[in-house]
Amino acid sequence: MKDIRLMKGNEAIAEGVIRAGCDGYFGYPITPQSEVLEYLMATNTEKRTGMVTLQAESEIASIHMVYGGAGAGKRVMTSSSSPGISLMQEGISFMAGTELPCLLLNVVRGGPGLGTIQPSQSDYFQAVKGGGHGDYKMIVLAPASVQEMYDFAKLGFELAFKHRIQVMVLSDGAIGQMMEKVELDEQLPRLTDEEIVKKYPWATTGKTPDRPRNIITSLDLNPVKQEIININLQKKFKHIEETEVRFERIECDDAEYLFVAYGSSARVCQKAVQLGRARGIKVGLLRPITLFPYPVEEVAKLAKQVKGMLAIEMSAGQMVEDVRLAVNGVVPVAHYGRLGGILPAPDEVIHELEKNFINK
Amino acid sequence: MDHILTRDEVTVPENLVYSRTCLLTDNALSYCPGCGHGTAHRLIMETIEEMGLQADTIGVAPVGCSVLAYDFMDIDMQQAAHGRAPAVATGIKRLYPHKTVFTYQGDGDLAAIGTGETLHACNRGENIAIFFVNNGIYGMTGGQMAPTTLPGMKTATSPFGRDTASMGFPLKMTELIAQLPGTYYVTRQAVHTPAAVRKTKKAVEKAFQYQKLNKGLCFVEIVSNCNSGWKMTPLESNKWMEENMFPYFPLGDIKLPKP
Repeated sequence: MKDIRLMKGNEAIAEGVIRAGCDGYFGYPITPQSEVLEYLMATNTEKRTGMVTLQAESEIASIHMVYGGAGAGKRVMTSSSSPGISLMQEGISFMAGTELPCLLLNVVRGGPGLGTIQPSQSDYFQAVKGGGHGDYKMIVLAPASVQEMYDFAKLGFELAFKHRIQVMVLSDGAIGQMMEKVELDEQLPRLTDEEIVKKYPWATTGKTPDRPRNIITSLDLNPVKQEIININLQKKFKHIEETEVRFERIECDDAEYLFVAYGSSARVCQKAVQLGRARGIKVGLLRPITLFPYPVEEVAKLAKQVKGMLAIEMSAGQMVEDVRLAVNGVVPVAHYGRLGGILPAPDEVIHELEKNFINK
Repeated sequence: MDHILTRDEVTVPENLVYSRTCLLTDNALSYCPGCGHGTAHRLIMETIEEMGLQADTIGVAPVGCSVLAYDFMDIDMQQAAHGRAPAVATGIKRLYPHKTVFTYQGDGDLAAIGTGETLHACNRGENIAIFFVNNGIYGMTGGQMAPTTLPGMKTATSPFGRDTASMGFPLKMTELIAQLPGTYYVTRQAVHTPAAVRKTKKAVEKAFQYQKLNKGLCFVEIVSNCNSGWKMTPLESNKWMEENMFPYFPLGDIKLPKP
């Protein structure tokens, strides 16, 4: 029998990481994602699977605890919301430089500064273009449902270890707080220490006589070597761009106009597609699931088919830059965004489509 | 004595009374001649060798002069961001409670940028060892004022001497963390004389032994010189340390396990 439950997005991802065999969570409370830490503590992960859950003294400490655990080959994660993710950028950059796998969750709230606790998508640039210092990318997954919050826990860890990279689940306050049904799958076993030694020979698990010592460091003072390190990182990002693009097409086959939206905005656009079609507008939705790597080819392909694209975001226009880069001037691209914690409504979105492309 | 022994005659195995621990690599130390870091490294590695902990130990290097500690210590190591070593060590230790985990940090790393991480790792009673080398200056970046720079002491960023009215006072982190219930063994030592080296060695041994018994956080401060940063010869710097550093940072055990 299927295990189906009604859960909040934040609870679903917490349950998801436990079932994905996560070894450790280190985090600090912040609205609107505190349920992640609360759920893990309440379910007693230590007793259930042996997973460590620790409340750290800050987001900075949290991400560096994640660094330590990841450097020793464990499946570790942290979660936070926008201001907390800003604090973590130091550690994220260090993990990029040391190629350590981890899962990060940002349940985005409106900014800048303390901003608001309401949902927003204004951290797209920070997540996708590299929020910390140095030339690096993370894989960024954008869930649009509570089910995806759950699913991306397992997927996130798989991708993180497959590519030795940081995977960020870029959610928002709406997806984190809303309740939907979730289908759960079976508990994956956590790796044993012996399995980690075999699977991850780079990890600092203690130097045994059969191998040289393992060192986790992002430092190389020789610029010639540091350039090679950077070139190799870029090769990895390129490979990820070629192999890990994920997206969903909704009513795109005969579309004359296209919404491009992710996360909560995509849910709004899904409804807007129905409203538009009821009014006789052939409109579809392209929902990027990976924000890095971005579905560049799919956007370019659709640009040859549609008359115009409208990017819908809860931001002043961040993802739309990637749409424009992919479209490369082939068709007009417009943007509509609500700011500061406000979700756009489906009829508002249809109105924008008509204003920009149809009733011109 | 009618025959003076040659070097080759002296260095025969039966005359060997001391050799470098095999857990120090052949890499030339990056520290200035006369600096105490080399001795501190040696004592930690000797202890790990003697206790048979090489396969069991994960060290965490800081940012500062000892940022490259992993070049010299033949054990698995992680290099942490500036000040974050206690958090990194927490992550490792919580996931490998049976391994031996230590951090090696300077005063800027531990007592300035990493004060929060240090205090909270101590307060949680993490079963790790913290080795804290305090030389009252930022050595790596070229001799700037540190949180432990003495009042009146001249540095690159306190060229007229540390003025406590505007720059604050030297921070006694070791006394501070000794008050926390999470710390088990807290001591302050030095490595500038053979007697001091022997005492520090004992402190390092205790720190690792207590960790094996899951007693809580063990904290060993080593007051050291920075002859380059202080702009003195090694001998002058050791004398200056005895006359100026030790009165402010007195040597000895600060917190001993309750019998």
